[in-house]
Amino acid sequence: MTVAHRPTSLGDAIRLMADPVAVAVAGCTDLLVADLATGRRHAAVVDLSRLPELKGVREDGGVIDLGAGCTFTELRRDPLVRSHLSSLAEAAATIGGWQIQNRATLGGNIVNASPAGDALPVLLALDATLVLGGTQGTREIAYESFHQDYRKTALRQGELLVRIRIPRPSSTTWQAFRKVGTREAQAISKVVVAMSASLADGALRDVRIGAGSLAPTPVRLRAAEGVLTGRVPDAAAADDAASAARAEVRPLDDVRSTARYRRWALGNVVRRFVRGIRA
Amino acid sequence: MSRHALIVDGRRILVERDPMDRLLDVLRDAGAKGVREGCGEGECGSCTVLLDDQPVCACLVPVFQADGASIVTSAGVIDAAGQDALASAMLTEGGVQCGACTPGIAVTAHALLAKDPAPDRDAVRDALAGNLCRCTGYERILRAVLRAATAKEEAS
Ligand SMILES: Cc1cc2nc3c(=O)[nH]c(=O)nc-3n(C[C@H](O)[C@H](O)[C@H](O)COP(=O)(O)OP(=O)(O)OC[C@H]3O[C@@H](n4cnc5c(N)ncnc54)[C@H](O)[C@@H]3O)c2cc1C
Ligand code: FES
Ligand code: FES
Repeated sequence: MTVAHRPTSLGDAIRLMADPVAVAVAGCTDLLVADLATGRRHAAVVDLSRLPELKGVREDGGVIDLGAGCTFTELRRDPLVRSHLSSLAEAAATIGGWQIQNRATLGGNIVNASPAGDALPVLLALDATLVLGGTQGTREIAYESFHQDYRKTALRQGELLVRIRIPRPSSTTWQAFRKVGTREAQAISKVVVAMSASLADGALRDVRIGAGSLAPTPVRLRAAEGVLTGRVPDAAAADDAASAARAEVRPLDDVRSTARYRRWALGNVVRRFVRGIRA
Repeated sequence: MSRHALIVDGRRILVERDPMDRLLDVLRDAGAKGVREGCGEGECGSCTVLLDDQPVCACLVPVFQADGASIVTSAGVIDAAGQDALASAMLTEGGVQCGACTPGIAVTAHALLAKDPAPDRDAVRDALAGNLCRCTGYERILRAVLRAATAKEEAS
């Protein structure tokens, strides 16, 4: 039998999480599927869905600050997300169907730490910082150093992901998101890519490309970023970036796709992104 | 075991269950057989119910998270008059074949029409992306939802 706690403040939740057997639960769209597959039961669960500290999207001194408990339905409809974080709004719209989006949270996508998590390349491209809360207090960590290995994160025992902070992109920042799956909706990605860049005097600056389903964790495509930095986003730059991206990843063959297909699709997505860049 | 109070299709029910038991099982055990289990892992949408007006997969909701909530199943979305616009549109358009997906689709489509009484094709496709149908190829279902929207507009 499980003991279920439904705290209504972050402080209470953190105290409950100090119990080493306690498991945090948000939208349960990963957790219950994993429980079903493994037959595991939990001695204690701590529900995060009533914590006001994990809710809402706000703008705070040049940062868009997202609650870890925001669902993808909330994110894709949110006016701040739609106007400043269009790539996140697009990612949110591709995560499962409506039923999943109504329950699945951004925090769950991050902590579940699947290499195929669709919101994760966006966090790399937009340079997100995570705010974690635990009995020792609050700390911040760049999302880029949060995912350490296959399903391994920097979260400490009992810690909760509280907020996701993204520097507000400037009005000249260009963003894109693309997920390649078997069907349009509700499919785990074969390749998922997000990009952001700005244009100064016709040349690309601040290029960041994040990609998922290609390695044990989501990765930045630094070679492709390097190729594009300082370049005019013309057809030659698009081809060079595509080749660099294909060369720098080491994808695997698995049940969802082959390494060869993933490389090919990745290059096509990167090329299309660069060709789509408009000032 | 712990006690959980739910409002199911307007009726209050009290159950003693493990808090992590699936809402799907609790509803079916309470007699709400319009909630169907397909995949049991969130993929097919046949277990769709409204949880405080939002469509969710009942197979992925632990019952304790539904404590105190209002749940609407396919039985609860049929209009009081029994003249449900969607049900008749589904028949007219041939949107029901084996029927396995139909209760879930009815719930999702109702939620869509409540939020957006005049959806376009893309809005219907987006709303129904989480409801799989192995028989109809979706086109007939899409047309049925659009027809129901028009019928509701005309009736109001
Ligand atoms: C049918 C279906 C389709 C899906 N489609 C997609 C898809 O297209 N793309 C995609 O990326 N994912 C998809 N998923 C996976 C899943 O929906 C997402 O990863 C989702 O974001 C998980 O969030 P949740 O709130 O449901 O997490 P939960 O299942 O509640 O939790 C997941 C894990 O994170 C931990 N956790 C959650 N929140 C916190 C927090 N704030 N602090 C600390 N720990 C926390 C939990 O302890 C648990 O270990 C799909 C799942 C299903 C069932
Ligand atoms: S049974 Fe719940 S989604 Fe398939
Ligand atoms: S009618 Fe058979 S699954 Fe839809």
